[in-house]
Amino acid sequence: MNRALAFVLKEFHHILRDRRSLIILFGMPLVQILLFGFAITNEIKDAKIAILDYSRDNSTRLMIDRLQASGYFYVVNYIDNKSQIEAAFRKGEIKLAVIFGNDFESRLLSSNGADIQIIADASDPNTASTLINYVSSIFNKFILEKNLKLTSPPIIKTEFRMRYNEELKGVFLFVPGLITIILMLVSAMMTSISITKEKEAGTMELMLVSPMKPWLMIFSKLIPYLLLSFLNAIIILILGKFVFHVPLLGSLSLLLMECILFIFCALSLGILISSITDSQQTALMLSLVGLMLPSILLSGFLFPIENMPLWLQYTSKVIPATWFLIIIKAIMLKGSGIEIIWKETLIIIGLTILFAIISIKKFKMRLE
Amino acid sequence: MRTILFLIEKEFKQIFRNKGMLPIIFIMPLIQLIILANSATYDIKNLNIYFVDKDMSSLSLILRNKFTAVEYFKIAGFSQSQVEAEKFLDNGKADLYIEIPANFERNLYKNQLQSMPKLLIVLNAINGSQAGLGLNYANAIIGDFNSTLISNKILQSNVAIPIQTNTININYSNWYNPELNYYTFMVPGILVILVTMIATFLSGMNIVREKEIGTIDQINVTPIHKYQFLIGKLTPLWILGMFELAFGLAASLLIYDIPFVGSLFVLFTFTAIYLLACLGLGLLISSSSENQQQAMFISWFIMMIFILLGGLFTAIETMPTWVQFITFLNPVRYFIEVIRLVMLKGSGFADIKFHFIIISIFAIILNLLAVIRYKKTS
Repeated sequence: MNRALAFVLKEFHHILRDRRSLIILFGMPLVQILLFGFAITNEIKDAKIAILDYSRDNSTRLMIDRLQASGYFYVVNYIDNKSQIEAAFRKGEIKLAVIFGNDFESRLLSSNGADIQIIADASDPNTASTLINYVSSIFNKFILEKNLKLTSPPIIKTEFRMRYNEELKGVFLFVPGLITIILMLVSAMMTSISITKEKEAGTMELMLVSPMKPWLMIFSKLIPYLLLSFLNAIIILILGKFVFHVPLLGSLSLLLMECILFIFCALSLGILISSITDSQQTALMLSLVGLMLPSILLSGFLFPIENMPLWLQYTSKVIPATWFLIIIKAIMLKGSGIEIIWKETLIIIGLTILFAIISIKKFKMRLE
Repeated sequence: MRTILFLIEKEFKQIFRNKGMLPIIFIMPLIQLIILANSATYDIKNLNIYFVDKDMSSLSLILRNKFTAVEYFKIAGFSQSQVEAEKFLDNGKADLYIEIPANFERNLYKNQLQSMPKLLIVLNAINGSQAGLGLNYANAIIGDFNSTLISNKILQSNVAIPIQTNTININYSNWYNPELNYYTFMVPGILVILVTMIATFLSGMNIVREKEIGTIDQINVTPIHKYQFLIGKLTPLWILGMFELAFGLAASLLIYDIPFVGSLFVLFTFTAIYLLACLGLGLLISSSSENQQQAMFISWFIMMIFILLGGLFTAIETMPTWVQFITFLNPVRYFIEVIRLVMLKGSGFADIKFHFIIISIFAIILNLLAVIRYKKTS
C-alpha cells in the first residue's frame, strides 16, 4: 500500500511540476465556458440589411421603422437600384435586402396587393431562413394590425413555450458538453500521454523491473488524473450554476457518481491508447482523432445526432460520450432519476469493461 | 540563401521521415470533409412532433396533415392528453408538441376576436437553435393555414366585392444557394479549419520538438541567423499548407457538388498570406512552450476558440455585440468569410481588399513576435 502511495505521489509531482499545463488544464474550461456562455446565443441581433424602396411612401417608411425597432436588423444602406445589391453581397456587407415595389401604399388596398421582395444571402442557409422568417413575420404583423381595424378574419394565434431552456441559452447545452469533453481530455488524453512519455523517456523500463505489480503501477497512475478531472468537472458545474444559472434539477450525488463512472471509462480508453503506441506524438494524434473529435462532433454536443446520416448515427452509438451526454442532460435539465437513465448507465459500464479487458490483453510487461 | 535551402531540405526530410505524417496529410482532410460535413449539420429534417388534439375535428385533422406533408416534421404520435405529450418530450421521443385546444373549430368559425383559438407549441429547447428553427417552421405552416382560412372565408361570405383588406405579397429568393444546401455552407468553412489546423499544429510542435530532443542546441551553436532558421522552418510547412488546401478543395469539389464561382487565383493568394499568419502563430506557441505537451494544449485551446468564434458553426450575427468585436481579432473569421465570398459569390480582389489588408497585418505582427520571442540562447 505504501508503495502504491509513493507512486501516486510521484505522479502528482509530475503533474504539479508542469505549471503551465496545469494552468491551461484549469484555465481552458474556465475561459471556454465564460466565453461561450455569453457568446453562443441563438438570437439574431443587428443583422445588416439593405433597403431598396421604389415607393418611399408612408407605409414603407413605417415598415422599415418596424424592422429597425425589432432589434434584429440594422439597415446599413438605402440603395436605389438592384445592381447595388449584388455588389453589397459580394463585399459581404449585408445579409439580406428588402425591395418594396412601386406605388406601395396605393396597391396595398388593391386586389393584387403590394409587392415586397426579400433577397437573402443563403450561403448560410439557416441564418437566411431565420432572417426571412423574421422579416415576413414583422411585415405580416404590421398588415394584420392594419386589417384588424377593417375586419376580423379568422386567425389562429400561436403561443409557444421553450421547455427545459426558456431563454434558449446556448450555455445549457454547453455546460454538459464541456464537462464531457474535459473529462475525456484530462482522463484519456493525459493518461495516454503520461504513460507514453515514460515509455519514451525510458523510465517505464525502470518501473517495470521494480517489484511493483504492473496493474498496481497503472492504477496509481490513474488516481491523480481521476482527481484532476473530477475537480475540473465540479468547477464547471459550479460556474454553470452560479454564473449562468444552468439548473441542476436532478440529484447531485447521482450526477457525481455518473461522472466518476465516465472518468473510469475515459481512463480505460487512455490506457488502451498508451498500450498500443510508443510515442507521445502518436498518442496525441490518436487521442485527438480517435477520442476528441468523435466526442465533440458525433456525441450530440454541438450537433443533433438525428440530423446525421444513418452511418454516422450508428457510429455515435459506440462513443461513450454520446451516452454520457444523454445522462448528464437528463439529470441536470430534466431532473431525471436513475429509473430513466439506467440503460445508458449500463452501456457505459459495459464499454468500460470492454476497454479495460482489451487494454489488459494488449499491455506488455516487457519492452522490445 | 544557400543556408536557407539546406535548412529547408533538412525540414522536408524530417517531416517525411515521420511515418505519422502521411496519414495526417492525406487522411485527415478526407476524414474531416466526410465526417465533419455530415455531422455538423443543423439542416433539420426530422423533427419529431406530437399532437395533443383536444378537438378531434375535421379542421384539426387538416391542420395536423399540413405537418405530415413537409419534410421537416415526423409525426411521433397524437392523443388527447397533455400528460402523454410531456412524457414524449421527457424521454426524447418528441422534439416538440402542439396542443390544439378543445372547441378549436367551433371557436374559429364564431369569428369573434376574443374567442379566437390559440395553439400552444411546446419545444424541447435544450438545443436552442434547433428549437428556434422548429418554431419557425411550425409558425410558417400555421401562417400558411391562416391565409387559406382567410381566403376561404372571403369565398364563404359570398359577397360580390370581397372585403377590402390590405394585402402584401412577400416573395423571397435565396441567392448563392437557392436549394439551401447545407454542404455548400459547411464545406468551405471546413477547408479553412483544415488548413488552419495543419499549419498551426505542425508549426506549433516543430521547434519545441527540437527543444525536447535537444537538437536545437546544435542549431543554436551554428552561425545560422534567427531569420534564416525561421524561414527554413516556415517554408516547408507553408508549401504543405498550400498543398493541403488544393487537395482538400479538389476532394470537396469531387465529393460534394459545391459551386466554385470565383477565381482560384484570388483564393490561393489569400491563403498564401493567411498561412503566414498561422505559421507565425504556431512558431510563437512553439517558442514559448517548454515541451510538446504544452504546445499541444495551447494550440488546442487557441484553435477551439478561433473555430467556435469563427462563424463556422454559429453565425457571427447571433453573437452579442462585444463578442462580435472580439471576433475581429480572429484570423479564422476572415478566412471563412473570404472563402465563402470567393467560392459562392465570386468576389474579386476589389471586394475583399480589407480582408487582405487585415490578414497581412496579422501575418506581419505574428511573425515579428515569433522572431523576437525565439532566442538562440537557452
